[in-house]
Amino acid sequence: MARKVEIALGVGLIVALGVVGVEFLLLGDRAVAYTPMSATTLSVRALTQPIPDSVPNAQQVKLGQYLVRVGDCASCHTREGGAFLAGGLALSTPFGTIYSTNLTSDRHTGVGDWTPDEFYAALHEGAQVHGGALYPAMPYPYTTRVARADADAILAFLKTVAPVNERRSTNELTFPFSIRALVHGWNLLFFRPGEFKPDPGKTAAWNRGAYLVTGLGHCGACHTPKNSLAADRPSESLQGGTLDNWVAPDLTANTRTGLGSWSSDDIVEYLRTGRNARANAGGSMAEVVSYSTSLLTDADLHAIATYLKEQPARPDVKPNDPDAVAMQRGAAVFSDACTACHMEEGAGQVRIFPPLRADAVSQQPDPTGVLHIILAGDRTASTTTRPTPLSMPSFAWKLTDEQIADVATYARNSWGNRAQPVNAKQVSDMRSNLALTDH
Amino acid sequence: MATNLPAVDAVLAGFGWTGAILGQQLCDAGLNVVALERGAWRDTPTDFATTFAQDELRYMWRHHLFQNLAYDTLTIRNRTDQEALPMRHLGSFLLGTGVGGAGVHWNAQIWRFLESDLKAYTHNLQRYGKAAVSAYDMTIQDYPLSWDEIEPHYEAFDKLCGTSGRAGNLKGVIQDGGNPFEGPRSAEYPNPPMAMPYGPTLFAKAAREKGYQPFPHPTGNVSRPYTNPLGAQLGQCTYCGFCEKFGCGNYSKATAQTTILPYLMMKTNFTLRTESEVLKVETTADGKRATGVTYVNSAGEEFFQPAQIVILSAYVLQNVRLMLLSKIGKPYDPHSGEGVVGKNYAYQTMGSVNVFFEDKIMNPFIGAGALATVVDEFNGDNFDHTGLGFIGGGYIAQLHTGGRPIEMIYTPQGIPKWGTEWKRAAARNYLRAVNISCHGSVMAHRGNYLDLDPTYRDSFGRPMLRMTFDFSDNELKMSRYLVDKAADIALAMEGVSAVKKNYRTGSWSVVPYQTTHNTGGTMMGDNPTQSVVNKYLQSWDVDNLFVMGSGAFPQNAGYNPTGTVAALAYHSADAIKNQYLKSPGPLVRA
Repeated sequence: MARKVEIALGVGLIVALGVVGVEFLLLGDRAVAYTPMSATTLSVRALTQPIPDSVPNAQQVKLGQYLVRVGDCASCHTREGGAFLAGGLALSTPFGTIYSTNLTSDRHTGVGDWTPDEFYAALHEGAQVHGGALYPAMPYPYTTRVARADADAILAFLKTVAPVNERRSTNELTFPFSIRALVHGWNLLFFRPGEFKPDPGKTAAWNRGAYLVTGLGHCGACHTPKNSLAADRPSESLQGGTLDNWVAPDLTANTRTGLGSWSSDDIVEYLRTGRNARANAGGSMAEVVSYSTSLLTDADLHAIATYLKEQPARPDVKPNDPDAVAMQRGAAVFSDACTACHMEEGAGQVRIFPPLRADAVSQQPDPTGVLHIILAGDRTASTTTRPTPLSMPSFAWKLTDEQIADVATYARNSWGNRAQPVNAKQVSDMRSNLALTDH
Repeated sequence: MATNLPAVDAVLAGFGWTGAILGQQLCDAGLNVVALERGAWRDTPTDFATTFAQDELRYMWRHHLFQNLAYDTLTIRNRTDQEALPMRHLGSFLLGTGVGGAGVHWNAQIWRFLESDLKAYTHNLQRYGKAAVSAYDMTIQDYPLSWDEIEPHYEAFDKLCGTSGRAGNLKGVIQDGGNPFEGPRSAEYPNPPMAMPYGPTLFAKAAREKGYQPFPHPTGNVSRPYTNPLGAQLGQCTYCGFCEKFGCGNYSKATAQTTILPYLMMKTNFTLRTESEVLKVETTADGKRATGVTYVNSAGEEFFQPAQIVILSAYVLQNVRLMLLSKIGKPYDPHSGEGVVGKNYAYQTMGSVNVFFEDKIMNPFIGAGALATVVDEFNGDNFDHTGLGFIGGGYIAQLHTGGRPIEMIYTPQGIPKWGTEWKRAAARNYLRAVNISCHGSVMAHRGNYLDLDPTYRDSFGRPMLRMTFDFSDNELKMSRYLVDKAADIALAMEGVSAVKKNYRTGSWSVVPYQTTHNTGGTMMGDNPTQSVVNKYLQSWDVDNLFVMGSGAFPQNAGYNPTGTVAALAYHSADAIKNQYLKSPGPLVRA
């Protein structure tokens, strides 16, 4: 059951990614359909619109608005075509569908009637108002660290969000996952409610970063590997996770797969604009950047960078040597299909088309992310300062499994890169996981 | 019966370059803006992905990105004593449609007009006398604005596009390696020139030997990765050779899609409605004020979109037609010379020289829309026209736009156009030939104009636009002069074995491709009896109506028009934001 919950969580994030991924396409529909705006545009507006000082408890509401950005709540609690935070996003899983909840101020279907105690219980304990446990698709193992004052502020902001009477669709989970009570068992095994404890030996910035990363920001929900029962492996914190056909890369000090060779400023620029000299934010991270990190203060981004820069390096795993002939074939495919944007030697066009030389995503031990991007294509985060959703097209229809395996092996093992070679079976499996047609 | 929609501050009829510029400028000023585009949404990864084949047959010859003439076309004739007929196939110019307009399939040749181009009437009158500006039934006029007024707006467009080039005149100081004839620029180009392939390099060398001052063509195919002032990003051009008539998948060509839309589409005070064709500008009963536009969507439903400001931002031919259909301004009558709407339609006079080599491989497929070296000695009034019998001129360029195998195979003089001998010559010369373009002006003449066709109607029952146009001897002499000068340079190119001159002769024909640079018909000027709009592109008759585009040109210069079209759009937007909104009404007192 727990494994399935893990997958549900991952799939939820991917569904959220889908929203951002097609946003530019949907803008066309928006254009034809007259008024509806994309969920991204609406959410970013709601997340940034000034709170008038005339609002009672304006300071608290402003803080709450900011914390909703920190928590990236809009990604899962807003569906395409729906109102801001009205929920209803379908988190599809192989075991059924979970729908995100309505967080607007509606008294019947939203949080309009919730008391601060009830809201804190949800964040802190994963407990629902009307009894029963939340499914851990809601990252309460992280939000448990949110300070009470911050939780109160979030609720104060949610109570200013225009009420939308929209009852959440009933989850469509198959038996036995439909039995909520089973979550109690999972909680018993893996979840300990707890508050954030600052480390007095560290700087204020580090502690703030730790609070954001391990708390409301819930970075580890994707970036920390899970055990067989879908809970974080605490000893491998932020070493990179694989979720539903994506890799959330290693964020430790490993210089090859992690952030070891990124400066703090590199991290800040990436989180603020969705791109830097080393990488572009794509996949589900694109949405995190659009709804969350690009809207945070410089101080908080620096705090996050400070904390991330002090994560002990993930141990290296020595990959096998690539086959020389496969490398030759891969070089030919790379020259034909990749160099127009990624340039010779994988140098990239920094901040526009990411370099592949010394690229962490390319060198993750698990090639899932690389194969996903080559097969399905990808888009860079659109942010207010860097709005272009620079895109890579799908090569699923254009390259064979063998060609994709070869070029992935080549990119993972050229220009100083080093990672496990890829075989055609892995590409074929990914192709069917992504339901993409054969070449 | 049209459905009434909620009023907006400004409505844009047409959503190509000028629509996008005005949309961005007015939304940033806080206006609530709706844009109406008759064609479909298009963006880089969906419609022009790098994985798509740049298929010449599909895009160039079967007009994949162009206006579908089965749906809407125009009628064409050379002279008023002929009957104009509706065109089922366009060759000479290729009209765009859809988001981004013809700016999607352009070459991205970004030029500024010469200072003397802006004063074509006064300048030529003073230098060559009355006969020079009135011969051939010429009806040329000055542009009603100065270099200093337009230069900042040229600069804004260069920064938007990341124009790659080398300044020839920086704040009045002539710069080595740039165009010494250009007006003073306030800043160097945002990006350096593209790397030049072999042909343009040999051309520049020969031109220098002839005493000319060749320079790299300014281009919106960016030479290096670029982030513009709106934060929109362009990737470095790959020299793939598929710009004109194609979309760019590499984000390398400056278009509305690459430079403005990522920013504008995020704006909550901007709405785009595609597949919505404007039928008419509606006015108050006295005809003094526009109330909005009537448009029809793809389901055939009609809507009235009220607006405080109406902006015609379609292509020049549609803008002129909408003015005529909406009965705004006095239509031009070529017999009496009265009226202004449709007057001074002009075009471009294209000549060329094919240059053949025995032992040199030119690799023509290494191309980009504006990948060229250019000489400007024979443009505008950069040279003494005394005794030549014409005014105007053009630039001469060895332009490597690409090596597209149907359109761009050159064979020497005397080779048949098909059959075994042609095949042999085509195979022999594909890699060994280059083309020199002579991109010439067209002056305005009394008999060249646009009006509504008396016979033929479109699918909505509206009269089609009728184009009456021919080259005059002024243009043909000018073009011949340019071709001869180009051939002189060609003969000085290292390793040249043969030169073929392609003079422009006889009447203008709609069949062979020349260039999509149609101008005039809503020309700008100093007073309402001789122009349709003032220098801010504001209608003299309806002061809340602004008409964008090259229709404003009193006559066409020897350059590609988009740089000037964009600069005029910025100039207009600036006036709307900083003058009109504060005090609505005529911005120029007639």
